[in-house]
Amino acid sequence: MSAPSRRAMLAQAGSMLALASTPGLAATGPEFPFPGGNGARPLAKDFPQKGSMVLQRSRPPLLETPFTDFDSGVFTPNEKFFVRWHWSVIPTEIDPASYRLKVHGQVERELSLSLSDLAGFERIEIAAVNQCSGNSRGFFEPRVAGAQWGNGGMGNARWTGVRLRDVLDKAGVKSGAVAARFSGLDQPAVSEGPWFRKSLNIDRARQPEVIIAYAMNGKPLPMLNGYPIRLVVPGWYSTYWIKTLNDIELLDAPDDNYWMKTAYLIPDTPHADIKPGQAGVTMVPINRMVPRSFITNLGAGAKLKARANATVRGLAMGGDCGVAKVEVSADGGQTWSDAKLGRDEGPYSFRQWTAKIGMPAAGAATLAVRCINTKGEVQPDKANWNPSGFMRNVVERLPVTVI
Amino acid sequence: MAAAAMAAAAMAAPAPVFKSQTIELPADAAGFPDGPNVKAVTQNCLACHSADMVLDQPLLPRATWAAEVTKMRNVYKAPINDADAALIVDYLAATHSPP
Ligand code: HEC
Repeated sequence: MSAPSRRAMLAQAGSMLALASTPGLAATGPEFPFPGGNGARPLAKDFPQKGSMVLQRSRPPLLETPFTDFDSGVFTPNEKFFVRWHWSVIPTEIDPASYRLKVHGQVERELSLSLSDLAGFERIEIAAVNQCSGNSRGFFEPRVAGAQWGNGGMGNARWTGVRLRDVLDKAGVKSGAVAARFSGLDQPAVSEGPWFRKSLNIDRARQPEVIIAYAMNGKPLPMLNGYPIRLVVPGWYSTYWIKTLNDIELLDAPDDNYWMKTAYLIPDTPHADIKPGQAGVTMVPINRMVPRSFITNLGAGAKLKARANATVRGLAMGGDCGVAKVEVSADGGQTWSDAKLGRDEGPYSFRQWTAKIGMPAAGAATLAVRCINTKGEVQPDKANWNPSGFMRNVVERLPVTVI
Repeated sequence: MAAAAMAAAAMAAPAPVFKSQTIELPADAAGFPDGPNVKAVTQNCLACHSADMVLDQPLLPRATWAAEVTKMRNVYKAPINDADAALIVDYLAATHSPP
């Protein structure tokens, strides 16, 4: 049998996808400008407790926040918050009365906490960005395999819950414990598959901002975001924010499970940046986030008036600390001016910013924005590269038309 | 002491109310488009995730696809035999590789 031509197969793919006629799928979604293409995605409207989302994968759900939604404010609405699971056996039913969080391993007293037990701990509220380690992976060049996110694999919420440390203290962590390992109700689809589990070393686990959250923006978590409780690790990537948290195990040796030892590793180099094929690189578990900033009120190709001030607005994050400064440029990053920062919601939150920026004469122009965090780190001009597509934080550039 | 009092005072949110919840997830939006050996792909690559996990990838060279199929077998324990694995790599190389 001769192989059918690529064109014939693409036509076939189009008819099989039949986007317009599939309930819950809109015919048109974004077309991300990924290097090498294949960036068109449908919008899905049929995921429970979720609004219209960019469909990255149906099963298990991988849903991206449509970028225009980030312009609506500094907090991402729950129904618009990105969704990411690894294994397809995810909880579709929660009975709060029988739900238990187990704490065991290197502890003085094993705990099996009900949700009302948890509600008895001191209540804490914290604003924090939750961002997938691989957010923006689709823009890596050369491209790498994995979830092909645009920039919407992130969101910011006000999380309410209880300190992880208070729960650990109730169990009494033994002096030999070096790490706390977290798992949730999701399960491998095959019996031998590696359970999705993540660990924090004990010092990180005990930092006061790490919480077990039961509310997000003042409401219960959506099921697909981890109802009834999830871990919140402000300043660190989402991979540690275990959803439907039901098990905390205190370990007496570093965690060597697949998701800590083999997956979610970054090169131990500045910006986690290496050359494709570079040898002799030390790999370490991904950890803290780095500064990023985005323009949210204009899209690529926006038309702006020549020799006039344009209003530009967006979001910035410091990573694992606050935003010190946001700068904007109308000449692709050759000259910069300060943006005005919006209300400070705390060091781990998005910070909204606005700027009035002078446009050049008619023609093509490139806007750019960069964030400098309170540790003095600035977004790099050159994109980083690593084989898993993690930690992208290059200065964002937006091509516009000046008329 | 003062910090604890502040944190408690800052707490405007009411005590949490947990209700029983059940959700239903939508069916897969896409299947594998026709191509050489598509049957082997459909039989082996849909157990753990929908086809868009594969279809949304960039066009990848054959060697990368071979490595992905090996990863599915060795790391995620996909029960795929050697013969099918070879057929699947052929399909991916034919339909989803750079020209
Ligand atoms: C035994 C379960 C299982 C089977 C069967 C399976 N996969 Fe996967 N696959 C996974 C898991 C788990 C992931 C990671 C998902 C995530 O991170 O969200 C994955 C991810 C992927 C990715 C994204 C890149 C990566 O390495 O994470 C590709 C591409 C992929 N699979 C292709 C395939 C192909 C092709 C087949 C058929 C040969 C297949 N898979 C069969 C479990 C499986």
